[in-house]
Amino acid sequence: MNQESQQPSSRGSATELVRAGLKRRYAREKRFRLYGLTAIFGSLAFLAVLIISITVRGLPAFQQTFIQLDVTLDAGTLGLTDNPDNAALLKANYNGVIKKALLASFPDVKKRNDKKALYKLMSKGAQYDLQRKLIADPELIGQSKTYWLPAGDDANGYMKGIVDTTLPEKKRRFKDNQIAWVETLKSEKRIAQRFNKTFFERGDSREPEMAGIRGALFGSILTLFVTLMLSFPVAVAAAIYLEEFAPKNKWTDLIEVNINNLAAVPSIVFGLLGLAVFINFFHLPRSAPLVGGLVLSLMTLPTIIISSRAALKSVPPSIRDAALGLGASRLQVVFHHVLPLALPGILTGTIIGMAQALGETAPLLMIGMVAFIVDVPTSLTDPATVLPVQIFQWADLPEKGFVERTSAAIMVLLAFLIAMNAFAVMLRRKFERKW
Amino acid sequence: MNLEQDQAEQTIDEIVASLGDTVGETRVENPKMSATGVDVFYADKQAIYGVDLDIANNEVIAMIGPSGCGKSTLLRCLNRMNDTIPICRVTGELTLDGEDIYNKDTDPVLLRARVGMVFQKPNPFPKSIYENVAYGPRLHGLSRNKADLDDIVVTSLRKAGIYNEVKDRLDAPGTGLSGGQQQRLCIARTIACSPEVILMDEPCSALDPIATAKIEELIDELRENYAIAIVTHSMQQAARVSQRTAYFHLGKLVEVGDTDTIFTNPSHELTENYITGRFG
Ligand SMILES: Nc1ncnc2c1ncn2[C@@H]1O[C@H](COP(=O)(O)OP(=O)(O)OP(=O)(O)O)[C@@H](O)[C@H]1O
Ligand SMILES: [Mg+2]
Repeated sequence: MNQESQQPSSRGSATELVRAGLKRRYAREKRFRLYGLTAIFGSLAFLAVLIISITVRGLPAFQQTFIQLDVTLDAGTLGLTDNPDNAALLKANYNGVIKKALLASFPDVKKRNDKKALYKLMSKGAQYDLQRKLIADPELIGQSKTYWLPAGDDANGYMKGIVDTTLPEKKRRFKDNQIAWVETLKSEKRIAQRFNKTFFERGDSREPEMAGIRGALFGSILTLFVTLMLSFPVAVAAAIYLEEFAPKNKWTDLIEVNINNLAAVPSIVFGLLGLAVFINFFHLPRSAPLVGGLVLSLMTLPTIIISSRAALKSVPPSIRDAALGLGASRLQVVFHHVLPLALPGILTGTIIGMAQALGETAPLLMIGMVAFIVDVPTSLTDPATVLPVQIFQWADLPEKGFVERTSAAIMVLLAFLIAMNAFAVMLRRKFERKW
Repeated sequence: MNLEQDQAEQTIDEIVASLGDTVGETRVENPKMSATGVDVFYADKQAIYGVDLDIANNEVIAMIGPSGCGKSTLLRCLNRMNDTIPICRVTGELTLDGEDIYNKDTDPVLLRARVGMVFQKPNPFPKSIYENVAYGPRLHGLSRNKADLDDIVVTSLRKAGIYNEVKDRLDAPGTGLSGGQQQRLCIARTIACSPEVILMDEPCSALDPIATAKIEELIDELRENYAIAIVTHSMQQAARVSQRTAYFHLGKLVEVGDTDTIFTNPSHELTENYITGRFG
């Protein structure tokens, strides 16, 4: 009897204890969830600030100011003889015809200094536009036509409202007379903002109006192509060998330790290695996407190997037993069953490695991908630069056009990254089997 | 009684030596597989001590014994699944149709096609039911065309007694079946390779009594065409499905004989203790 009555009461007190503790437990859980939410919203807020500030600063770069001029391409001013060849067309004095056209538009400008200021309204790139047009169609010589030609950096900045006109004239580069000319052009509807095709069609330039992202973008694509082609197969093969075939002994342990260490080596060291081995020893071309890709492969290999091994390891051993038990060879077990199941994980690791490679700057500086390169690379051995290096270079320049182009280039880099990730997610979906 | 007291002081090797020779007839006429003086080591630790045992055609042999006595180890030797464990070493002679299966010339891939295995935990591939069964035949090139393959798949599923349950959803994932169905699918998968011997390691341990009954029935039917060795922890199951029973203890084959004799009139003290539930 005694025992029986004790049983429920002790039981009751235990329940009591649990109940007393419950409140604290729930409170703790609530607090923890709150911390988590705060962390997530905090980081989302930072991300939003980052993206908004970049977008706000970068968007103007996608617009470029153009000025309409009536240009006469007369052979005299251009310094051309009859039937000029290509070389002559390249060297012709396009500046002269543009200056003439400007003076024709503003006949009141007489003083030397004023003329100089007037010429500055136009971008130096305007000459190249004319040059291209003339080379494409030499018949234009002697004809008068209206062209929309790119405006200079200051005029462009003024049109975008970046120039602070409240400042005293001495303190700004864009002077009052220039403002007056631009206003005149505006009232005549001869100055306008248009989509900046140049930004996507050209390589780097000293003139911000003429500078484009295409060179760096293609450099990045070529470099990443080399990186992917080298590191993915090698890393997956290494991971498969180490995980599925290699005996477990001190040699494989040593290799494992080394791979883990390699993943932690600062990337600049790989750059130095690339410089010493690929350029100085093998005499591969400097600044080439080929060398950049080789160096970045060294860097991404350990990342992909480690994540691939983890993915292979997570495939249940019972699947291997099942296939082996049916008489599959070890290679068949790997390629029919283990690899397909591990592929999503391997792809995730690969995309992390490639994203790292895409954003890498330091090792590429070591192998000369920081050079000023105007041409868009078309092969793996052409000199090239890559997006992050281009951003790094532009960020150093004072012109307003480069400031906005820096942000625009970051936007392009981010878009590239997102496209790459989206592709990986798509691939992963395709291979992922939840059953 | 005496035996158990001594165990505390003796090393395993001494106890094993004290167990003496196997009681009962280890040999049969026309054995399908046969083991002679088989020792198995995991690194330095011996798991099987000098086992002699025959597996006969058209017969189910049950292997019973306390946990850790080496039943799975011996079973895995019979189709060289132990090859996948680097520290595992097998000595002695194991033959299939009189040929040494640990011979340098024996291809483990071919061996495993002839000696199929069903595992303790159902382990269908994460593919469709059809693909699960078709994998083996495709691997070994057993079918000449699609119709042939379809035929093999259907026949195997039928023999495994699961065809009626899955015939409408051969394209559904094999992993979506119930545990018992999955195990029968695994049996169908094994049968599809047309093995000569089927090894089963506690095939029913993850199943409920109804699924177990179905599989036991299936084993009984399969006996007509195959030599079957089954490891089980259930005395009832051993008694129901097997014709011969082998009792293992600490890596040693203690007693082997007709199932009826072993369960009604065991000769060895340890066998009797185990069967009557006084040990193990
Ligand atoms: N992979 C392995 N590595 C090392 N030792 C092992 C390994 N597998 C089994 N052993 C050892 O070999 C002995 C026999 O194991 P085995 O799995 O054959 O026993 P079992 O009779 O199947 O037991 P159970 O009934 O619990 O399945 C055990 O002592 C075990 O610890
Ligand atoms: Mg076992």
